[in-house]
Amino acid sequence: MTTFEQIQEIIVDQLDKEESEVQLDTNFRDELEADSLDLFQIINDIEDEFDIKIESEEGLNTVKDLVDYVEKQKEAK
Amino acid sequence: MKTFGVTIHSTGRYVPDNEVYNETLTHWMETSDEWIRKRTGIKKRHLSTGEDTSDLCIRASQAALSKQKIDVSQIGLVIVATMTPDSQSPSVASKVQAAIKAENAVAFDLSAACSGFIYGLSAAEKMLRHMSHPYALVIGGEVMSKTLDWSDRKTSVLFGDGAGAVLLKRDGDTEAFIAEDLHTDGGKGSALVSGEQEVTNPVCARDAKNGFLTMDGRAIFNFVTKSIPNSITQVVKKGSIDLEEVDFFLLHQANARIIEIVSKKIDRPLSKFPMNIENYGNTSAASLPILLDESIENGTIRLGSGQTIVLSAFGGGLTWGTLLIKI
Repeated sequence: MTTFEQIQEIIVDQLDKEESEVQLDTNFRDELEADSLDLFQIINDIEDEFDIKIESEEGLNTVKDLVDYVEKQKEAK
Repeated sequence: MKTFGVTIHSTGRYVPDNEVYNETLTHWMETSDEWIRKRTGIKKRHLSTGEDTSDLCIRASQAALSKQKIDVSQIGLVIVATMTPDSQSPSVASKVQAAIKAENAVAFDLSAACSGFIYGLSAAEKMLRHMSHPYALVIGGEVMSKTLDWSDRKTSVLFGDGAGAVLLKRDGDTEAFIAEDLHTDGGKGSALVSGEQEVTNPVCARDAKNGFLTMDGRAIFNFVTKSIPNSITQVVKKGSIDLEEVDFFLLHQANARIIEIVSKKIDRPLSKFPMNIENYGNTSAASLPILLDESIENGTIRLGSGQTIVLSAFGGGLTWGTLLIKI
């Protein structure tokens, strides 16, 4: 499973969406109508799944932002 | 030595008459009914028009005492859980003791923010087993509105004022308190701060602090959604029962979304989680005793029925705790 697929699965599960709705360029606030609490949950699940720490949700707007963040953290480990 | 069981004998609540709907808040700050409801489940809250915490606690205690006629001289203990006392001294509990004429009762306040009622019940049931009088009154009461920064829309829309009281009785037959799981994580205490007082005296001239409540929403959210499912699972295990045997889970009413997440995480249906946050907002230490009293009043929970109930709360400190009781 790629990082994208893992994150896609988390978002699909948390927001009750179809996989087709969650793509790399999807903005989860605008297009998926995720609010701050949804985002906290998604970040929590990502932190658990990848065993990383996401300090701030600022600047995280699209699925690609999350994938890039996780990739960078994984490289740094 | 014979050990005595401690049971819940009666409950009561009181909230200020003044109801403030989300719509009213939109005149005070940039917010909307939809925003508040969607994120928190809150529709309205009660805000004091002058009554202080002791006034609410006295009325809630009188409500509990009015349902079971007892000799108030047999009350040996009054604990008020609050983070918004009228004053540091006398305690709110002292004022309650005087008002209800419980002249033989030891009275003190307990500070554990939103977990205060759980800590208070835990302390009271243990003390009561060793006291000469058979009744104890545990009250959670708050006037949160006086500690809020009403220009901060992130926190001020969340809270409300109110009080709830529980009368405990030590008797020979039954035992309500089956297991408990209490925790504190002081290292994360800065995530929720309220009522700070600066040191000012002739040798230290600092600016006074406003004491307003501040909260790191994400830190609290993370802490609650991880620690509360775990605490509930632990208490049930300690009580040697299965989650499926719990009739109702009464959680601190901080946010309906948080309760939904906990219900999902422990895989129990949301119908097992009575909620009233829509009518009160987060009343801190008062939320559980108000919910318990309402649940008894509407017949969901029946005193003396032997139903298995989980009570769980979380808040500043950070503090959290869960009790498993047979009601």
